[in-house]
Amino acid sequence: MATSYQGNNFIDSSAEFTDNIEKRESLGKVFEIIFLLGLLIGLFILALLVFDICQDGLARFLTPGFLTETPSRFPDEGGIRPAIVGSILLAIIVMLVAVPIGVGAALYLEEYAPKAWWTAIIEINISNLAGVPSIVYGLLGLGVFNYLLGFGPALISGALTLSLLSLPVIIVTSREAIRAVPDSLRYASYGLGVTKWQTIYHHVIPYAIPGILTGVIISVSRAVGDAACLLVVGAVSFLTFDPGLFQRFMALPIQIFSYLSRPEPGFANSSAATIIVMMLLILVLNGIAIYVRQRFSITR
Amino acid sequence: MSTINHHNGFQEGSRRSLEKNPSEDITENIIATILFCCGLVSVLTTFGIVIIIFQVTFEFFQEVPLADFFLDTKWTPLFAERHFGIWPLIAGTFLTTLTAMAVAIPLGLSSAIYLSEYAQPKVAAILRPAVELLAGIPTVVYGYFALLFVTPFLRNFLPLEIFNAMSAGLMMGIMITPTVGSISLDAIQAVPNSLREGAYALGITKLESIFKVLLPAALSGITASIILGISRAVGETMTVVIAAGQQPKLTVNLMESVETMTAYMAQISGGDSPRGSLNFKTLYAVGAVLFLLTLALNIVSYWISHRFKEKYD
Repeated sequence: MATSYQGNNFIDSSAEFTDNIEKRESLGKVFEIIFLLGLLIGLFILALLVFDICQDGLARFLTPGFLTETPSRFPDEGGIRPAIVGSILLAIIVMLVAVPIGVGAALYLEEYAPKAWWTAIIEINISNLAGVPSIVYGLLGLGVFNYLLGFGPALISGALTLSLLSLPVIIVTSREAIRAVPDSLRYASYGLGVTKWQTIYHHVIPYAIPGILTGVIISVSRAVGDAACLLVVGAVSFLTFDPGLFQRFMALPIQIFSYLSRPEPGFANSSAATIIVMMLLILVLNGIAIYVRQRFSITR
Repeated sequence: MSTINHHNGFQEGSRRSLEKNPSEDITENIIATILFCCGLVSVLTTFGIVIIIFQVTFEFFQEVPLADFFLDTKWTPLFAERHFGIWPLIAGTFLTTLTAMAVAIPLGLSSAIYLSEYAQPKVAAILRPAVELLAGIPTVVYGYFALLFVTPFLRNFLPLEIFNAMSAGLMMGIMITPTVGSISLDAIQAVPNSLREGAYALGITKLESIFKVLLPAALSGITASIILGISRAVGETMTVVIAAGQQPKLTVNLMESVETMTAYMAQISGGDSPRGSLNFKTLYAVGAVLFLLTLALNIVSYWISHRFKEKYD
């Protein structure tokens, strides 16, 4: 009796097991769909966002003068030229300042830095800086560039603040690109009696350029879209002239924010139209960087 | 004599060119120094942030007692009757961050699981950058979308205020999804295949291997990604200043307008507060709290992810 019961139990449980596997596999299928949905929701919202902004802003974007005139008090008049000029100038300065310093720091850390406690501190410090909120960088910029160096709420203050903001991303991505250069390349170069810098300049940098440019794309487009630190540094929401380096300034995200904070309904469309311009600018920047990256990959 | 000298000179010169050239040595040193200075900029940035923020914050606390800042429950520095209790701003930050994470954690994790375990490599190679596009959209755009699309849409079903924590939090969640997703994906992919194969050998299904083997094994990386996501949400400014409003209050109601620490900073920094005024100093005091909070979160995230790295290396 006892043995037959045991036997039954064994058979039962094995029957249960085969039954179960089908259920469990179909539960797996259900979850596969859930995971896929989780992935697609973000993309769906991205599509919705682009569609909504084009719907709201395309007509205004195509208004004659929107790109070439200065802002107006009326929703359907004027344009955003000062903001476009401001953003382009900011992007150029960030590239001129942040890219050489960032790549230089990356080269130092990868090629020269000894393994010591203070290089470890520099490394931890950079990864922490990458997580400091943009608006806190604004406080830094306000203190150092506006007051200490006396630039005031000028475009150069905003540009240098954005450069500091972009630096950690450029350093981290450049380091990865430099680390990916095979050591055999360096040894071959040294084997020919070349110095360290010549090796870096003629072999390591050209090899790492595509990866470095990826970091530059990410960080410069982030800088172009960033508004929080510019608000603190003192970007203005209304300007009737093109900003110069040492003048008060506007930028595209600030223009979007300022249009949004006005109550009249028409300004929302201007805001959407400005978003279109900003996204196009970011696309152009990415396009240039991708083109350059492609060229370097071929001639390498 | 002269011929010997010449001869010697020639010999030395040729030997030098094979061994070492002093002018090259100097160039090398100069370049190494320049590159070192580039590295130093990041350290100086940190010092700059710490010194500037805490100097003004110190001045702030000479005028406003610490007890007021941490015990008062009202934040009205711009009104005639001034209160400097930080808690309403922290509550607003907490509320929008919590909403964002309620979106970002499930979406980020399911993206990571799908891309790592289900998607064909070719499909994953397209979908991963597509999801990461979400992180590249300027945050002011998410603010626009939250205010002018999400809020009106949700108001069909819910009695939302025009500015509310919910819309801002939801959009922030979408924005942070790639942060959570990318790092989790790396963590899941770092789990050695032997663990997966061992699990299958015991006769469990793919789903069970995900929940019982992969996710626990990748837990530290996933936790690090979530903490980093929280830090992003706490520091994010434009979405909340546009869509969540500027009403500092102690509430857990997502449908109301709130004010976050960053939104207050954006509001006060419009240039109206002259340098040295108390309003100007509140900007730095709030900035100091924000900086310390995000710094703590970043350090915890860094620490967890590095512990995790030791495991499989």
